[in-house]
Amino acid sequence: MSGFLPGDLVNCTVGGTGRRGTYITDRDGMAVLKMDSGYNIGVFPGDCTLIERPSPLRVERAEVEQDPSLPLISIVSTGGTIASRIDYRTGAVTSQFDAADILRAIPGLSAIARCRTRKLYTILSENMTPSIWQELARAVYEEIQDGARGVIVTHGTDTMAYSAAALSFMLDTPVPVVFVGSQRSADRPSSDNVMNALCSASTAVGDLGEVAVVMHETTSDDRCAIHRGTRVRKMHTSRRDAFQSIGTPPLGFVDYPSLEVKLSPGAVRRGACEPALHDRLEPSCGLISFFPGMSPDLISSCADVKGLVIAGSGLGHVSTSLIPAIRELIDQGTLVVMTSQCLHGRVCDRVYDTGRDLIRIGVVEGEDMLPETALVKMMWVLGNEPDAERARCMMQENQKGEYTRRSLHGL
Amino acid sequence: MDYNALGLVAGIEIHQQLNTREKLFCRCPTLLRPFEEHDGEFSRYLRATESELGEIDRAAREEMKNFRRFLYYTYDSTCLVENDEEPPAPLNPEALATCLQIAKMFGMAPIPQVHTMRKLVIDGSNTSGFQRTALVAVNGTLPNGGTIETICIEEEAAQRVKDEVFSLDRLGIPLVEITTSPCMHTPEEVQEIAEYLGMVLRSTGKVKRGLGTIRQDINISISGGARVEIKGVQELDLIAEVVRREVERQERLLSIRDRLKERGASVSGTPVDVTEIFSHTGSGILKKASRIMAVTLAGFAGLVGDEIQPARRLGSELSDYAKKCGVGGIFHTDELPAYGVNAEEVTALRDMVGAGESDCIVIVAGTPRQAGCACQQVIRRAELALLGVPEETRKMLEGGSTSYMRPLPGAARMYPETDVLPVTISPEYWEDIPRVELLQAKAERYMTAHGLDAAVAKQVAYSEHLPLYERSVGLGIPATLSARTLIATLKELSRDGLDIRPLVADCDAAGNAVMPAVLQVLKGVVEERVGKEAIPDVLRRIVQGESAETAMQAVEATVAGTDLDALARRIVSERMTFVSEKGMGALGPLMGVMMKEVGGAVDGKKVSQVLKAALDQALSGR
Repeated sequence: MSGFLPGDLVNCTVGGTGRRGTYITDRDGMAVLKMDSGYNIGVFPGDCTLIERPSPLRVERAEVEQDPSLPLISIVSTGGTIASRIDYRTGAVTSQFDAADILRAIPGLSAIARCRTRKLYTILSENMTPSIWQELARAVYEEIQDGARGVIVTHGTDTMAYSAAALSFMLDTPVPVVFVGSQRSADRPSSDNVMNALCSASTAVGDLGEVAVVMHETTSDDRCAIHRGTRVRKMHTSRRDAFQSIGTPPLGFVDYPSLEVKLSPGAVRRGACEPALHDRLEPSCGLISFFPGMSPDLISSCADVKGLVIAGSGLGHVSTSLIPAIRELIDQGTLVVMTSQCLHGRVCDRVYDTGRDLIRIGVVEGEDMLPETALVKMMWVLGNEPDAERARCMMQENQKGEYTRRSLHGL
Repeated sequence: MDYNALGLVAGIEIHQQLNTREKLFCRCPTLLRPFEEHDGEFSRYLRATESELGEIDRAAREEMKNFRRFLYYTYDSTCLVENDEEPPAPLNPEALATCLQIAKMFGMAPIPQVHTMRKLVIDGSNTSGFQRTALVAVNGTLPNGGTIETICIEEEAAQRVKDEVFSLDRLGIPLVEITTSPCMHTPEEVQEIAEYLGMVLRSTGKVKRGLGTIRQDINISISGGARVEIKGVQELDLIAEVVRREVERQERLLSIRDRLKERGASVSGTPVDVTEIFSHTGSGILKKASRIMAVTLAGFAGLVGDEIQPARRLGSELSDYAKKCGVGGIFHTDELPAYGVNAEEVTALRDMVGAGESDCIVIVAGTPRQAGCACQQVIRRAELALLGVPEETRKMLEGGSTSYMRPLPGAARMYPETDVLPVTISPEYWEDIPRVELLQAKAERYMTAHGLDAAVAKQVAYSEHLPLYERSVGLGIPATLSARTLIATLKELSRDGLDIRPLVADCDAAGNAVMPAVLQVLKGVVEERVGKEAIPDVLRRIVQGESAETAMQAVEATVAGTDLDALARRIVSERMTFVSEKGMGALGPLMGVMMKEVGGAVDGKKVSQVLKAALDQALSGR
């Protein structure tokens, strides 16, 4: 450890001459120095001496003005890249902003709506849990009850689709509940955060009446797509257009920079229901992906869960050798639902022998549900419906657009 | 001109592309493509962001005045990293090693731990809105006693196709940036140092060659003037002229300032809406505009039109500033009536803003937002004229004059590239970086050790085919043959409009290392498969798509079909009268006949031997 504090003015010897700079942090045994030129360099801490310890730099932040004639929306922040800053400690981008910072970071937001902000968490989305989904659902419900014309949830993109599905099931909402994030960090001039945030705000004051994800439609800054919370999936690790509606067209689009919202005929409209909260979840559920040669032990190791979603191959298959282990699970009372790792298309276990075997032992066909959505739905169904047979039926009934009765072509 | 008396101080920043296999932060080839080969496009907007200290860079703020949509061309040789759609790969070790080698040759000290930074650039030339750059070494020395302050490794920016359209093939090619101290005091000295730096860079054999692969930025100031950075001087020969013209510009600006002071000149802070004056104007630009605004520069009359550099006036400077708001330029009363604006309109304008004969009025036209913004810019620049020379980043125009680009950037434009881990330069690694022989020294060695004459030796040493020459000599191919082929023959082929890349490429399409075709041919010559005279023919065949092997076989075949001895005997016997007359003196003329028959495919020496034998035989048998 160098013993310096971030912001210390230090003098370090590099290449035989002294160089002044601001100490930033320690990194792998080196002291990181920001020089007057703006460059950071790592130098041996022993080569540095303290010049002075300036009083901390106060960053002046302008107050955000709000237009009282605009509709009120609520921004609930959970963290993620849309609201990130550089962390001196690690030199990495971490989620640190609260919702008020978002307002400041997104010029133009205050021209669309009056914003009320509520900071729920500042976590990376891989650290989300079902209990946080519940808390989030309650917070959003309160915001709706408190008169928000729309709610925006800022969220890390990794597990945003899970959270969107969870809120879809837990909430009956008459107003738009829009999840938004960014794929490229907010600290870069090219970040997708501003366009995504503006498009989500435009959606939040618009005519939608369900839970949605609003993100870039393509790699260009031309249009955002509005995806249904139960049909959306992150389909790319890094691209701006990672989020895609699977098996259904998007609920609509928002043009940029005009911010004009166009909803598709299938989108649920504002005011279609009264607000309601059904926030019970059964967290003891699992999702497992089948692969050739998979050991039955992996299935058996799920003996303790209340429900298990399998992402099977093709039409919804697993190898014959797994069937006894699955039967054992079902016999013990575990709800088992079959989905497909193809993601696109519908499960049909009535075509081949293994499929018929699966149906015979009591596996529920997950129709065209996404595996992750099926998992979240299972948590919600098992949390709300104590009767096993009734729960089985609910899994096969459409609740929030997660499952379509017809597989449309061209998708 | 006495530059010392003027207090000229100049420094250079050289940007040199490295000839690495892959780009600096992705695995794409460092390959430039014709624009028409692009296979996709996408569009983006860029915004200035706060640094980690919560500041916005002033240069970035300037670019933000105009919210622009940029369009990018993609290629099958670019990837998601250039698209700013994927985190960068680790810093390319090949590029870092080359940068360190260059640092070593200037006697520099490496930075113990190299940190990649993001330098904010939101003019569209970087999809991310920043250029990645890392400081690698410090404290080098120059022959004039000056120092090289820093060497950085950076990624090259995207190339502008036109306006807001950029091509991504160039984005990410590694560059070294060498910054000297302000240690030069005459225009000629600046040029000499630039030449020296270029020579050392080329000595590594690892830099790209050709137009646009090296760019010089020059920092210049004179006493009482200001530091001005001139970007993108590509031609070495122009450097001295650029310096001369900047000195002239600063002198003239100082003289304008003095005259403005004498006159008690000032800038009125309130722009006036003069749209109605031009409702029936003959000027197309003004007619199209929804808002025309005027700014009065009191006491400026005559000076706005004053020339400060060839083809540049104070008015050009005002115009450059205004253009940042998206307007096409400005009009000012020093040059009116003209451009469709008539005398009545000028009078009406003067009346409306209440300007006198000694005042200059500047008008700008555009949307209300653009016009308002442009007025503020004109006011800002006019106020700077009262102070003298503003600190600026400028770009070179044809001929060596310059135009305003943006304010000098501050340290607020730099923040850490958090997606790239720092790289530690261990003492052992630094120790192992080899020094290379300077081109000057190489040229001398080629004279003494290889027996090349001085001019050829220098040509070889400074040629882009130098690595090929070294490899050729290493293969045991005679130095003169290597030099002649790689310098003269290749140049002739190029001059004939042939693309010689297939001859010198050292890797195949899949990126596997191969022996360059020209060396295969030279080997064939040494092994006497092909005659020296056949080299151009064989090379032409290769350029046209044949492999080196096929091309050599083709010329071999024309000879193999004929028995050389038999051919010689036939030629001699058909010309017996001539042979009897001339005796051995017939050798010369018959050589010509014989070489024509073998089509240059056989070495002349060998043909001569065979022909001589045939002549001997014929003459002795007489």
